[in-house]
Amino acid sequence: MTLMKHLAAATASLALTAGMAAADPALIFDLGGKFDKSFNESAYEGAQRWAKETGGSYKELEIQSEAQREQAIRRLAESGANPIVVMSFSNIETLNTVAPDFPETKFVLIDGVVEQPNVRSIVFAEHEGSYLVGMLAAMASKSGTAGFIGGMDIPLIRQFGCGYAQGVKAVNPDATVLTNMTGSTGAAWNDPVKGGELAKSQISQGADVIFAAAGGTGLGVLQAAADAGVLSIGVDSNQNYLHPGKVLTSMLKRVDNAVYESFKAGEALEPGMINMNLSLQGVGYALDDNNKDLITDEMKAKVDEAAAKIASGELKIHDYHSDNTCPAVTF
Amino acid sequence: MTAMPKWADAVLVPLISLLIAFVISGLVILAIGEDPIAAMKLMITGALGSTYGWGYTLYYSTNFIFTGLAVSVAFQAGLFNIGSEGQASLGGLGVALACLFVPWPHWSLALIGAATMAALFGAAWAAIPAYLQAKRGSHVVITTIMFNYIAAALMIYVLVTLLRPTGSMDTASARFDPALKLPRLGDILGLVGIPFNNRNPANISLLIALASCVGVWLLMGRTRLGYQLRAFGKSEKASVYAGINPVRITMYAMLISGGLSGMMAINTVMGEANRLLLNSVEGAGFIGIAVALMGRSHPVGVLLAAILFGFLYQGGAELALWTTIPRELIIVIQALVILFTGAMDNMVRKPVESLFLLLRKGKA
Repeated sequence: MTLMKHLAAATASLALTAGMAAADPALIFDLGGKFDKSFNESAYEGAQRWAKETGGSYKELEIQSEAQREQAIRRLAESGANPIVVMSFSNIETLNTVAPDFPETKFVLIDGVVEQPNVRSIVFAEHEGSYLVGMLAAMASKSGTAGFIGGMDIPLIRQFGCGYAQGVKAVNPDATVLTNMTGSTGAAWNDPVKGGELAKSQISQGADVIFAAAGGTGLGVLQAAADAGVLSIGVDSNQNYLHPGKVLTSMLKRVDNAVYESFKAGEALEPGMINMNLSLQGVGYALDDNNKDLITDEMKAKVDEAAAKIASGELKIHDYHSDNTCPAVTF
Repeated sequence: MTAMPKWADAVLVPLISLLIAFVISGLVILAIGEDPIAAMKLMITGALGSTYGWGYTLYYSTNFIFTGLAVSVAFQAGLFNIGSEGQASLGGLGVALACLFVPWPHWSLALIGAATMAALFGAAWAAIPAYLQAKRGSHVVITTIMFNYIAAALMIYVLVTLLRPTGSMDTASARFDPALKLPRLGDILGLVGIPFNNRNPANISLLIALASCVGVWLLMGRTRLGYQLRAFGKSEKASVYAGINPVRITMYAMLISGGLSGMMAINTVMGEANRLLLNSVEGAGFIGIAVALMGRSHPVGVLLAAILFGFLYQGGAELALWTTIPRELIIVIQALVILFTGAMDNMVRKPVESLFLLLRKGKA
């Protein structure tokens, strides 16, 4: 009897694994498109890494309009994809309506929180990572002026800027933080020329370290800073290699890891909320061969100390989302 | 005397242009190693093969009807309104304000109120470039383009700083009262016994768009103002000589145009999203230019062109969903359609014209 039970259980689990092999995971990119040199591309890299390691295949989709959000998620769910990773906070409302209709399908939302029993929400503590690079910026700056260049003036980018300004002010309370946003349309995420112009303008105002949180636009910022001989800070993925010795560091936001882990977990994915903060290494700063001469041991020690304090909860960084204000800088 | 019969001008030439555009698109699809016939099939079944597909097609078409009409009205008065995009964003703001801050007892009243606000806001946004054109001679093409950017910046400010609920990451206003949800096309057709999929965003705004087509047709063809607008567009000097006030006509043309653009927002903001999103217009203002060009600025033409572009949008989405054809290629197909039907119209028109002349000579 027990043997039978075991056998039945084994068959059942076999059937389950077979089912798991059949269901491909899926990834839905947001409006910026797959190759945005930033958020979406990072997710793409995570998915590719999973595909290479496991030899599995996955479905992917780039939406083109707001009305397609629901359409895309529904169609992928109907096609049996599982889990479905959805990029961007813009899908919060959509997932709230669609997820209950597909209780058997697991969804992962990156950059937003949805409270549904079959959704895993992954958010990143951008303010914590930005705080650390802000500290590094203030310590590396000789002029006492640090720059911040954002893409579009949306709350998420203010979150980056606010954490950064707090980090700068924590090291040097008298420091000036210059902030600029690139534009008011989606083109602001991919306008390296304007990014370069803004960087030049900030440099002429005395900035000698500039943090770009602006997707593809940031490449222009990094280039202009390198040309002018000042330091820059990359974003999302490690961009230190772009201008070795001229990029102070990069604020890491490991969207790729989030996608990779979700794909790897497959249908067994645990729903709930994950805050990819410093302690989970969801955010951080990049240190490699390209910038090891820029970051002294003293700087590193100070930042790592702050990181440990943030991770342990001893040091609280103001979260722009909590009250839509920033104590360190006005946008 | 015209070289071609009317039907050839209105139907044959656009159809041939369209055919060429699709053939070249097919070649491009072939060049990237996909099957153009299968792709075409997928587009057609995806957009027109089910009431679900039709719903999406008509939802997009509704936007394009409004912006297409808007561009065509101004165009007939000799004004090139490229500011539909901005006027529609402002229309969205009007809809959002009406839906968020007025306690409407019923959705139908809310619809009337929101549509009025949308038209007013859109018209107000067109009024400034119109005034600058009429009084100061600042070219309306330049000013309306610039007003698109000002509108985009204004919408960011409004959504990030004023209308966004605290703690929300989304650059969007709060949800409207669910009671204000507009009836979907499926609900309406269901009342008269026609089964229509309800899981798509097509809604009652489509009927308003169709009514606007009739309204524009009446206005342009059957009223004194319409006659004045057209006369002004054909020849400013002659119309001034005939006693038409150029300032007044410029203002009217742009206000009507802006109002129509603004009305688009009831479809996207109230009909689909139920809240104001940052990019609720999504380029429909620019597509409106192509739609007006292709539709020869006639309401019926605009309607047909709008449905064509709705088809391209929805069919393109299906293509991106089920094949490895990248979404950029869908933009290429749309661009080819615009290129051949709008910009390179004469390439087809001239040969067809000479063909008809030849035929006529043969008869005579």
